[in-house]
Amino acid sequence: MNDFIVMNLQVLFSGLALGSIYALVALGFVLIIRATNVVNFAQGDFAMLGGFSMVAFLTAGVPYWLAILLALVAMGIFGLIFNLGVYYPLRHRSFLPVIISTLGASIFMQNAVLYFFGPQPRPMDKVFSVPGIEIGGVFMDTQYLTILGATGLLVAFQYFLFERTLFGKKLQATSQDKDMARLVGIPVAAMIAFTFIYSAILGGVAGILVSPVLFVSIGMGSIIALKAFSATIIGGFGDVTGSIVGGLLLGVVEGFGAHYISVPYKDAFAFLLLFIFLLLRPQGIFGEKISEKA
Amino acid sequence: MKKILLVLALGILVALLPYTMKISPYVLNIFMQAITYSIAVLGMTVVLGYTGQINLAQATFFGLGAYAVALGTVGPGLNFWITLIMGIGVAIISGFVLGLTTLRLKGHYLAMITISFQQIFDLILVNWIDFTRGPDGIAGIERPSIFGYALSDDRAYLFLCALILYACIYFVWQLPQTSTGRAMRAVRENELAAEVTGVNSLQIKVIAFTISAGLAGLGGALYAAGFAYISPDNFNFSRSIEFLTMVLLGGAQSAFGSALGTSLLILLPEWLRFLKEVYLAAYGLAVILIMVFLPTGIWGIISSRTAKYRKPVPIDLDSIQTLDISVPITDPAPILQLQNVQKHFGGVKAVDGITLNVARGTVHALIGPNGSGKTTTLNVLNGIYKTTAGQIVFDGKDITELAPHERAGLGVGRTFQNIRLFPSMSVVENVMVGAQRPNNQIAPGQAALRARALSALKFVGLAEQAEVIVQNLPYGHQRLVEIARALAGHPTFLLLDEPAAGLNQTEKQELVALLKRLRGHGLTIFLIEHDIGLIEQVSDKITVLNFGKQIADGNPSDVLNHPDVITAYLGDASHVTA
Repeated sequence: MNDFIVMNLQVLFSGLALGSIYALVALGFVLIIRATNVVNFAQGDFAMLGGFSMVAFLTAGVPYWLAILLALVAMGIFGLIFNLGVYYPLRHRSFLPVIISTLGASIFMQNAVLYFFGPQPRPMDKVFSVPGIEIGGVFMDTQYLTILGATGLLVAFQYFLFERTLFGKKLQATSQDKDMARLVGIPVAAMIAFTFIYSAILGGVAGILVSPVLFVSIGMGSIIALKAFSATIIGGFGDVTGSIVGGLLLGVVEGFGAHYISVPYKDAFAFLLLFIFLLLRPQGIFGEKISEKA
Repeated sequence: MKKILLVLALGILVALLPYTMKISPYVLNIFMQAITYSIAVLGMTVVLGYTGQINLAQATFFGLGAYAVALGTVGPGLNFWITLIMGIGVAIISGFVLGLTTLRLKGHYLAMITISFQQIFDLILVNWIDFTRGPDGIAGIERPSIFGYALSDDRAYLFLCALILYACIYFVWQLPQTSTGRAMRAVRENELAAEVTGVNSLQIKVIAFTISAGLAGLGGALYAAGFAYISPDNFNFSRSIEFLTMVLLGGAQSAFGSALGTSLLILLPEWLRFLKEVYLAAYGLAVILIMVFLPTGIWGIISSRTAKYRKPVPIDLDSIQTLDISVPITDPAPILQLQNVQKHFGGVKAVDGITLNVARGTVHALIGPNGSGKTTTLNVLNGIYKTTAGQIVFDGKDITELAPHERAGLGVGRTFQNIRLFPSMSVVENVMVGAQRPNNQIAPGQAALRARALSALKFVGLAEQAEVIVQNLPYGHQRLVEIARALAGHPTFLLLDEPAAGLNQTEKQELVALLKRLRGHGLTIFLIEHDIGLIEQVSDKITVLNFGKQIADGNPSDVLNHPDVITAYLGDASHVTA
């Protein structure tokens, strides 16, 4: 009986860790949704790029912590380029061209990386070389603990940025009403550019953190992105708390599904959960139902 | 007729083209792909191009068709044609079920749910090895025979596929001119307006999704027999993106465009061979560039360039019949009865208990300061909002729970404060959507719809503009088109939301005349208006709202002099000292 509880706690722990990766990528999604009303289908590829930037710097002999810093700077630059190349030219069009444009960007990024790094997945060292700690029979891998800790820190930082600083208020104003924001002198284009930079960095952090667990591979981003996007819908479209809760929930459901039902169909559980939510509660856990104005 | 025969002959010649050359497996490969993909992409034309709904799972439906043929013919040895029908059937059923459950959702949600569907399909193909034979795929799929003539010859099979493709192109090409196709475009252009005009938007979207899935299933079935081997790689998410890119490149709104886009994108890898490994990267870049520089696709550019050479069909104004909008008033009971109708948004009581009767054949005005709940009342009346409490009885029938399109079907017409037309459709097509509302008593067929629409346009004085794209009309005329659209449906009850907004003095007088003319025909009009002068001229009765509450109801002169009404509009005068 005790073994049973320990085992379930173990599954819960790794589910939460994986879920917090989804939550991190989902946060990036939500930021862009709130700023531009479009979904960036290349969000997961930011994670992939983060992982590969790390690989590139480590291969060049840069020390681990400096490599993380440089990789995140590189992600910021990618975010800016992405904003200028993929979103900005289409900013006055409906959501459909933008979605498709981000899908195109995703194909481009994956294949450009494929060209430079080849198809072989790359392993990566953990952030801390200690294997882990055991509490009451539950083994906690340090990488998983790092993931949970880093996610917590970033969520706290983001809360502070948005709710406690003038800059954050400007970002919020931009997302709610661009015309009005422009009228009161907020540089809207710069705010949106910042959003893309910041969410690329968030994606990069997620990629770097998850790499030691999943390996760095071309396809790692797509599947994380799909889960993260499911998390934003489950949590409530565009809701920050919702996307975190949704991400964690997905990770846990997936962990238990893989453990008790089937490993090969692990990815299907997330999508089934999404289906169920969309049918029964399309506005998500924290979302409000909004009807169109006539 | 001659034209059609010419096109047909030309098509058959093209289809016979493979016979003139020696077909290498390489050329066969390209032809085969171009034809079967085109059929699937035509489905995208219907769902994305015509109906404006995103579908990122087209490869799944394509795969369902292909796997039905492969699994049916290879193991159990079923007849090809039976498995083909099965494949289309399975695709259609999945499309229908997926559509029915998810098409209530819009935009991003729909994108995501179709991606999920695609991913689950992919997982099943790879992992359910007992049934699908897993990642190795299925080989040895045999070609069909037709009337005892085996199509094992590549050219014969290609010829058959080309003929099927023609049939599909013809079907998709003609679709927009049918009532269903017009409703699809209306949903794409403005779903809310389509619904209020009598289009069951969910039904139309499900039909579009089902047609699209069926076409993909057909393409997939032909593909499987064409290549004799299939594996899960042929039907994954990237294939869905490829289908999407093909339809966008060619021009999503045209059947010819999608065939063109498909062929180009199949040939592109051949032309980009020199790029080798970066081919796919270049392809991703191409997608972005198409979105930025070719928003209407190649066919869109071709058709806008050639537009000036096409002669519009001249409209014989004299032959247009006078619009029949007469509503016989036989029943003395009120046409509309509201009983304590309420609409709350969270804690805000936008409409807080309205009780009123609207008499048949009258003009009833609803006035009140900004934010008093007028437009909300109108939205509750035609079903855009569901009531929080209360009852709405229309023509003796409780309509409280009916959807907007069902109310339109009972004869409730509507115009909007901020005009809601179908911007890229022509004036006459806009009005035809109105004419085709359910229960409209006109002869069947497109000719009758068009005649009815032209009559409605003549009634508002816009018949000459019938073929103009509606977004090119000036503002005042667009308002009239909206009224014509409502009138073409022969409504008994008309809801007008600030019809005079933005009109100049002359146009306002024309509007007054029009409203009086409508009332003369027996129509009941319920309108919101800020122009008190206009209200005094046309109204038989006025109801005043303030903060969601009804503060006065009665004859114009009584209501406009009512102290509460004056206070609501001008503030409390008691503390003002002269």
